[in-house]
Amino acid sequence: MMQDRRSLLKTAAAAALTPALSAVPGRARAQAANTLKIGVLNDQSGVYRDISGPTSVACVRQAIQDSGITARGVNVEVVFADHQNKADVGATIARQWLDRDGVDVIVDVPNSAVALAVNAVVREKNRAYFNSTGATTDLTGAQCSPNTVHWTYDTYMLARSTGGAMVKTGGDSWFFITADYAFGHALERDTTSFVQAAGGKVLGSVKHPLQSTDFSSFLLQAQQSRAKVIGLANAGTDTINSVKQAAEFGVTRRGTKIAVLLMFINDVHSLGLKAAQGLVCTESFYWDLNDRTRAFTSRVKGNLGGNMPAMSHAGCYASVLHYLKAVGDMGVAAAKASGADAVARMKAIPTDDDCFGAGQIRADGRKLHPAYLFEVKSPEESKGPWDYYKVLQTTSAAEAWRPLAEGKCSLIAS
Amino acid sequence: MFEDLLFQLELGLPQVVLGLVNGAFYALLSLGLAVIFGMLNVINFAHGAQFMMGAFVAWMLLNWVGIGYWPALVVAPLIVGAIGVLLERTMISKLYKLDHLYGLLLTFGLALIIEGVFRNQFGSSGLPYAPPEVLSGPPVDLGFMFLPKYRLWVVVAALAMSLATWLVIEKTRLGAYLRAATENAALVQAFGVNVPRMVTLTYAAGVALAAFAGVLAAPIYSVNPQMGSSLIIVVFAVVVIGGMGSILGSVVTGFGLGLVEGLTKVFYPEASSTVIFVIMAIVLLARPAGLFGRA
Repeated sequence: MMQDRRSLLKTAAAAALTPALSAVPGRARAQAANTLKIGVLNDQSGVYRDISGPTSVACVRQAIQDSGITARGVNVEVVFADHQNKADVGATIARQWLDRDGVDVIVDVPNSAVALAVNAVVREKNRAYFNSTGATTDLTGAQCSPNTVHWTYDTYMLARSTGGAMVKTGGDSWFFITADYAFGHALERDTTSFVQAAGGKVLGSVKHPLQSTDFSSFLLQAQQSRAKVIGLANAGTDTINSVKQAAEFGVTRRGTKIAVLLMFINDVHSLGLKAAQGLVCTESFYWDLNDRTRAFTSRVKGNLGGNMPAMSHAGCYASVLHYLKAVGDMGVAAAKASGADAVARMKAIPTDDDCFGAGQIRADGRKLHPAYLFEVKSPEESKGPWDYYKVLQTTSAAEAWRPLAEGKCSLIAS
Repeated sequence: MFEDLLFQLELGLPQVVLGLVNGAFYALLSLGLAVIFGMLNVINFAHGAQFMMGAFVAWMLLNWVGIGYWPALVVAPLIVGAIGVLLERTMISKLYKLDHLYGLLLTFGLALIIEGVFRNQFGSSGLPYAPPEVLSGPPVDLGFMFLPKYRLWVVVAALAMSLATWLVIEKTRLGAYLRAATENAALVQAFGVNVPRMVTLTYAAGVALAAFAGVLAAPIYSVNPQMGSSLIIVVFAVVVIGGMGSILGSVVTGFGLGLVEGLTKVFYPEASSTVIFVIMAIVLLARPAGLFGRA
């Protein structure tokens, strides 16, 4: 706990003045052999805080508790830091954690640009990396790594589930409003290939800077293109502002549809059902999906400060839980010695957790589970706060993810 | 050739209108900053946080007390203005004799703290705030585009508020006192004017302007703790381009830069967040005091 507070304070100071060094001082150099250290690296203060942030940390703690590993004499410490959505800050913290502070695992890491930067650092240091909130398929494709598991979702799965469903219902011409960084580009690229494969056309796209406030001129450009579907390849408050302003400008009144390619339940909460009703989106977890997800949510809910777990948080929980299972199998010393070995063990045993049910991790690091296409309920349908989704369609684990061969991951012998 | 031009016009004209709407926010926010800087010589970095507080207070009034949009337009600025009085009295007033830098650091720190507190309490994804019934109906048809009624109202309200502020400062006795006090506070005090109180109220007024803009923004933008910090940097650029402390400068530049930014979003959207700073650099090189500033 002390360590946590220290790292938080330091991070806050770094955030305020220089985007430079932060996190824990070099005190914990000598690690006890039976202590594992998990670092949650995410956005604690910006647009992605609610879909990652403190809720991810709470979910990781829940996983440690549920794993029962401490009863077997293994210590697990959790540290966390704010990467401020900057790839250089994220990579610096990761390097410091792995070099100096004896962190064994890095978890979460929203923002694809930061996710890829951390991916390279963890591989170089041979530790383990479970990305939950990053979206880019490059993590299991061109930049795949034996040290990485990409758990929760990716741009291919979103494009297939949401994009595919839109094309099926007649949305065959698209215009993209895209966040101008790795994630947005990947999402637009993957959705485009689905639209085109289904015989649709992409009429154009605009790329906007991350954390824009005004989307009206982009929406207007989209409208002028006369596309049937406006695809939002952005996330967080950018998506919220886009949807809010699309409603304001009556974009959908002439039959144009909005495809929100990435939305989390926290975004729906922020939009309010009045503005969000009828939107479709894809997540791989919803707290009210089945008995197991409800059980998980009721266990963790008290520690979230009013937030609810989205798929990104569930992924942090499930990946750490599975890792601790693998550690129990192979022993702490072996897991600490080589992150790649720990990940290989994780791939060898099937996964099973309350959030995603039974599944497995593929050779390229892709975790496989079903994807759910949800429709946001109307205010009348909703029974109360956070009762937001109904399932429209389920894409099976076998179909939801990019086929192994298409990813061109170097770990796969072709 | 002519048709091509017509097409460009059809594409550009709506963007001009939207640019003006965004410019309205820049103008309102930079107006408050200019008032505070002009009279107090303090660079109020907490302005974005105060803008955000305006939006949040409107949300709280609606959801906790049941006070709707129109009263909130008056009540929220008053509440946030009162908090401004508190800040000025307890902290900012201690720094008037020191270098500008101290005021800047203090208000920047305050902004970070305020944002942090709101983030802890309300999270980062924001809260919904619906526009008032009267202004929410279908968008108005302007011939070349559909403009939501609410956006139209924003432009009108911002222009009216800018005009009122300008009138108060340039044409009233109170404004004359204020301007005199910036020139020579000791002399004005010698005439029996309570200068410290006037300064406090000026700060409060500047803060209230930010909160007013915040309430205006609540139905359009997501009401979230970082809504101010994403605007404030642009607004500072607006103030610098317009000339620090110039009321007219900040209003004209606010609308003007909104326009430029809007057009950039059509022709080269990737640069829309940078174009203002490029202009700032050019203006500073050519006219260091800003477009309307007195060197």
